[in-house]
Amino acid sequence: MYPLLLVRYGELSLKGRNRKTFEDLLLSNMRARLVDLPHGRITKTFGRIYLETKDNWAELAQRLQGVFGIVSVSPVLRRSLDIEEIKEGASLIIQDTPGRTFKVEARRPNKSFPLTSPEICQSLGGHILRNFSHLTVDVHRPDFVLNVEIRQEGAFLYSQVFPCLGGLPAGSSGKGLLLLSGGIDSPVAGFLSMKRGVSLEGLHFYSYPFTSERSKAKVVELASLLAPYNARGKFKLWIAYFTEIQKALQQISYDALSITLMRRFMLRIATQLAEREKALALITGDSLGQVASQTMESIHVINAVTTTPVFRPLIGLDKQEIIDLAVKIGTYETSILPYEDCCTVFVPSNPATKPKLDQVLKAESELDVDGLIAEALAKTELLVVGP
Amino acid sequence: MRNEIYLDNSATTPVAEEVVQAMEPYWTIQFGNPSSPHLRGVAAENTLNSSRKQLGNLLQVNPSNLYFTASGTEANNLALQGVANTPYFLRHPGHIITTPIEHPSVLRVVDHLSEIGWSVSYLDVDSFGQIDPQSLRTHLKPDTKIVSVMLVNNELGTIAPIRELGTIIEMENRERQHPIVFHVDCVQALGHLSFRIPELKAHLCSFSGHKVFGPKGIGLLWADRQAKLRPMMFGGDQEGGLRPGTENIPGIVGFTKAVQLVIDNLPSNLEKLTELRQALIDGIKTIPNARINSPAHGAPHLLNASFPGVRGEVLVHFLEQKRIFVAMGAACSSKKKGVSHVLEAIDLGQDEILSAIRFSLAPTITLDQIEYVVYSLKETVEEIRNIYI
Repeated sequence: MYPLLLVRYGELSLKGRNRKTFEDLLLSNMRARLVDLPHGRITKTFGRIYLETKDNWAELAQRLQGVFGIVSVSPVLRRSLDIEEIKEGASLIIQDTPGRTFKVEARRPNKSFPLTSPEICQSLGGHILRNFSHLTVDVHRPDFVLNVEIRQEGAFLYSQVFPCLGGLPAGSSGKGLLLLSGGIDSPVAGFLSMKRGVSLEGLHFYSYPFTSERSKAKVVELASLLAPYNARGKFKLWIAYFTEIQKALQQISYDALSITLMRRFMLRIATQLAEREKALALITGDSLGQVASQTMESIHVINAVTTTPVFRPLIGLDKQEIIDLAVKIGTYETSILPYEDCCTVFVPSNPATKPKLDQVLKAESELDVDGLIAEALAKTELLVVGP
Repeated sequence: MRNEIYLDNSATTPVAEEVVQAMEPYWTIQFGNPSSPHLRGVAAENTLNSSRKQLGNLLQVNPSNLYFTASGTEANNLALQGVANTPYFLRHPGHIITTPIEHPSVLRVVDHLSEIGWSVSYLDVDSFGQIDPQSLRTHLKPDTKIVSVMLVNNELGTIAPIRELGTIIEMENRERQHPIVFHVDCVQALGHLSFRIPELKAHLCSFSGHKVFGPKGIGLLWADRQAKLRPMMFGGDQEGGLRPGTENIPGIVGFTKAVQLVIDNLPSNLEKLTELRQALIDGIKTIPNARINSPAHGAPHLLNASFPGVRGEVLVHFLEQKRIFVAMGAACSSKKKGVSHVLEAIDLGQDEILSAIRFSLAPTITLDQIEYVVYSLKETVEEIRNIYI
């Protein structure tokens, strides 16, 4: 019934001279996201986007609810510039909108229309009250607002507003590299950074045969769940060969520090890969105090290996909040599949919660750090996940 | 496949070449539905009848007491739920006796029965999963209605004293108006043990096709009339109405052929498997701290051993790099986080449970291959232990 979707984007319109770039990016992300659904033209006017539907507005609206940068969408009815036609359209919309109180808001950029905005409100309000006995007017806190816009091309009417993800269009903030384990947290951290416009690539540390093919397949699956939010719907996943580093870490007798050392290796590899790939930040799923490697002391010692910014979008979230988000974005069910990953096979019985940098450096002096990293990077493979 | 050494035959077996050939005409030519009145249907019905008859001969039971199912799991379910679904037991739940080391397709049904009011007793098992048959007497109660024990354990290869248990139940039933029903899961026993169903003194025996070089998707339940089973599903009159659904003719033909092959070749297979298993045991004993978890006189195709200090899953993946395929615990539990319920029940230490590996042999394996397996195992265990200091 609705031939158009009105797409609102909030924050980007504040971005001054970059506005056009942002809007173009949002449009191209929308197009990529809708590529397999029939739809008509996408047009940009006055800080809004209109999408022509093909009798599938609900499906299109649902899809757009997964595109970062969109604040809300509304299904829109279009009528010719004739008050009787507009009234008939208003009736249709009222029948499709739940609620008991309403108000009418009219805008009239097209000044050639004979009625003024207040006159349109009056006329439509009276029409609705006469025809729908269950509705009353409430100008302060209405259950819904019937919006009417009188423009050159016709009259546009809508009442329903579906909130979307908000945020910034994918790719508008530059590239970031997500350290992606098979767990619950890192996909959520990736999602939240994409929400702020980060174009994401992933890096997974693979320790076969200490872990299995299935654990890798699980990470690929997680990457494919994140891919649709990314620019162009693709996700580059780097699989770093981590086995030799794991073996080397087991060889030196600093059992309590092995997780700290392992995380330092991961950050070093990530830093070099980010440099190569021109990524400007690393992103991890750390949540403060969740496990031994995520205490402030641990993060401090681990972070010391890099000068690349490390984003930790989950730092202030409780586990349950992270789980709720994982469920919402659809990664939870995959994350809890019980295959070993490198963080579970090599957990020492007593990991240090307050590692000391001098001890860590002493332990690393027994290892060929540069050689191990060079080998891991040389054996890193790339998978491109997505349509 | 040529260079692979597949030692996970208790999870599933490759289908024997003769079985594939026997099934071949039944996909596109002899595809009829036995319930159809025309010649195509009659041909299918004849095939069904002759397969059932042949299986009856092979298993030495009345063919009309054989019911085809879609899996061993379904056969176990039909056995236990089939008894429990009688109108009387639905109103008066009884008492069931089983062991803590049954397959999940028995244990989960027992859990379900317990939820709907049945009381449950578990027979004690020793550190090799062995049962003292006399312990059954202490658990028998006036309202005991079902006893379910597997003949060969799928994780350890332990052989249960079914004849002794059957004798105790038979004696008990003489005193009773309504008999205790005795179910025996024979899935791992078929082709690996010389036994005749009548000797077991059981009322219900379950079998599966893909564990004996037959196809997947076919199982079998032998049910004595005394068991008075009720269906779990309702539909047509196939399998006497006990298991409705159009018969899986290719699967039935393939299963029949597979059973014929394992029974015809049983003496030579047993000899071969026993020799292979002994070589494997001797080899594993040379690995420091290894523990053989299977009993000395277990089924000849199965061997469970632990290598403390080495995670079972890690060992599986190290060996697969050498094209050697083994299982940890049982294949069914590999995908779950929890450790094997069987190994827990026999009181192994945590380190032994986590480091347990199951080898399941086939007669096609050679002694040379076992030698290579032992060599690789030794090398790998040492390598992993060195990594973890």
